[in-house]
Amino acid sequence: MTALRDAFLSALVALGLFAPLVGLVTTSGEHGLLLELRPIATAVVVGLVFLGRLIVLSRRGRTRTASAPSNRALAEKVSKAGKYVTPLLLVAAVALPFTGSRYYIDLGTLVLTYIMLGWGLNIVVGLAGLLDLGYVAFYAVGAYSFALLATNFGLGFWTCLPLAGILAAFAGVMLGFPVLRLRGDYLAIVTLAFGEIIRVVLINWVSLTNGPNGITGIPRPTLFGLAFSMDGGPGTIADFFNVEPAVIQRIVFLYYVILGLALLTNWVSLRLRRMPLGRAWEALREDEVACRSLGINVRNTKLTAFGIGAMFGGFAGAFFATRQAFISPESFTFIESATVLAIVVLGGLGSQLGVALAAIVMVGGLETLRDFLSFLGDQMNSPLFSGIASELPLYRMLIFGLALVVMMVLRPRGLVSGRTPSVALHKVRDIAPGLVARGRG
Amino acid sequence: MLSVSGLTMQFGGLRAVDGLSFQAKAGDITAVIGPNGAGKTTVFNCITGFYRPSGGSIGLTHPGGASHKLHTMPGHRIASAAKVARTFQNIRLFAGMTVLENLLVAQHNTLMAATGFGVLAVLGLGRYRAAEAAGIEKAKFWLDAIGLTARADDPAGALPYGAQRRLEIARAMCIDPVLLCLDEPAAGLNPRESDELNKLLMRIRDGGCSLLLIEHDMGVVMRISDHIVVLDHGRKISDGTPAEIRNDPAVIAAYLGEGEEDEVPA
Repeated sequence: MTALRDAFLSALVALGLFAPLVGLVTTSGEHGLLLELRPIATAVVVGLVFLGRLIVLSRRGRTRTASAPSNRALAEKVSKAGKYVTPLLLVAAVALPFTGSRYYIDLGTLVLTYIMLGWGLNIVVGLAGLLDLGYVAFYAVGAYSFALLATNFGLGFWTCLPLAGILAAFAGVMLGFPVLRLRGDYLAIVTLAFGEIIRVVLINWVSLTNGPNGITGIPRPTLFGLAFSMDGGPGTIADFFNVEPAVIQRIVFLYYVILGLALLTNWVSLRLRRMPLGRAWEALREDEVACRSLGINVRNTKLTAFGIGAMFGGFAGAFFATRQAFISPESFTFIESATVLAIVVLGGLGSQLGVALAAIVMVGGLETLRDFLSFLGDQMNSPLFSGIASELPLYRMLIFGLALVVMMVLRPRGLVSGRTPSVALHKVRDIAPGLVARGRG
Repeated sequence: MLSVSGLTMQFGGLRAVDGLSFQAKAGDITAVIGPNGAGKTTVFNCITGFYRPSGGSIGLTHPGGASHKLHTMPGHRIASAAKVARTFQNIRLFAGMTVLENLLVAQHNTLMAATGFGVLAVLGLGRYRAAEAAGIEKAKFWLDAIGLTARADDPAGALPYGAQRRLEIARAMCIDPVLLCLDEPAAGLNPRESDELNKLLMRIRDGGCSLLLIEHDMGVVMRISDHIVVLDHGRKISDGTPAEIRNDPAVIAAYLGEGEEDEVPA
């Protein structure tokens, strides 16, 4: 009975929320906008909430007692499956360009960029436990470093890549210094502000960055000095290998560049985790006071986390600039930081595999959802759905947000929660997520 | 060894420690006792660099002859350079890391030096592998000493309370301290665990490390300490061997209390 009442209340809340959101639609009429009512669509959504709430409540009543052991069994299953998922993902990533589909390769490149950003931020947020809401700042620093060095001094991508990384790391350390004494919410606010400051500087420093108009003509990367040029002249890939010049060659090359960069990020993070530095980061997340009592220089350790995390953000930024050949401050808004942070949190703080899966779901899934919804819209010819079918793709973000909420309710510590110890005397056993601290900055 | 002179710690209007002076000799177990709020933990926090004293000085002389002014050093240097280790009243382990990892984090500075600023070790070069093996050996030694070898790969947060206390002590010992400061190590231990703790502390002292401990369990204090300092309201009210302290009227009045015959039955 209480379940029914609870579900009814949920439906009421949903009605209040979705009546204006779904139930009202404006169409342009002869004399301006016309308001149109859509009671059926609203009823469908509210009904779904009512049923969903009932199902959740009935399930909870049944599984509460058995939840602890089943969670452990599930964790073991997930960790076992993880052993197969990683190589599978790797093979899929390497094989993707052989599909020959430009759409998939472009999407793969985008997903890999976010995976790399996620892995970079994972060092700061997942390992060191420092909540950074301004990660996009380092992405921007990397992108603009490369773009400015390339357009002003004519340097190539491979020369600029390490420089962009170093400059971003430098920015990371610069951010690190003032925020060292801050924790938790305060740290988050200052990093958020830092991200905005960088963007505002990029917009307003017109003489250097060309302001909101951005920088155009950023050179593409070369393969051992061979350019991917469409004219097929001497010194280009097409000329060297004696093939027809095609855009797809460059697309595939860029894909493998970002795959290599992402794997480098992963490799360095995994190595560092087994080193004293990585262990110190994790110890810092667990207990900063204890770290100090053991002679660990907390300041320097935090700065290295900021610096190394920022460096990978800078690499990704340089790649972004060379891929787009055009950058403007618009590409480095807060939503990027939020997306990357969501990837890290959804994946499970500190988990490399989780971050990769989350990036695939969040970036790749969102794109797939768009296609799926347009497909679904085309199939719905019934007059019942008239009006809503053509707009279905617009509900993409709503559905996606809902999926995220459901995900965090079901697995609050992320897709791959729990922590794998960096070293073992006898046998490595994963640590239950409940014991692992999330860090308070 | 450790010489505290005129130590004063002021928190706003509250003077938690007031002109405290005492000495702790090398190779001794020195206990600091006193009623709740007497300023014991504050003294510890001053010695281990968590507080900067408002006045006075704290000097530490190593058996080798090197001397450090602890009241001027930054907190982490007191552990890494002056080799003063500590444990906490409320256990502060790295709960989400394994027992072995806890002991390796404690050897951070030694291991970090072997990684060549991290760059060489990431590439698999340099002498890090050997250094890590040595670190694990040291961890094994202490695991054996506290009887936790079998649980080396369990998360520290999953250990029973007594084991967590012992692990915290072992972790502190992994920095190779000359002075180990223990803040109520016997709190919450049952008599058997308390006995084990005594043995462990004696063993640490016999290994050449001096100990400074805060403790309320008079059984532990009287049995193992060589020297006792009694605090009340931030001031030292007595200082001497266990036998002297037990019979000091000032200490009895402030802290130990009279014998049972004077107590009103509840």
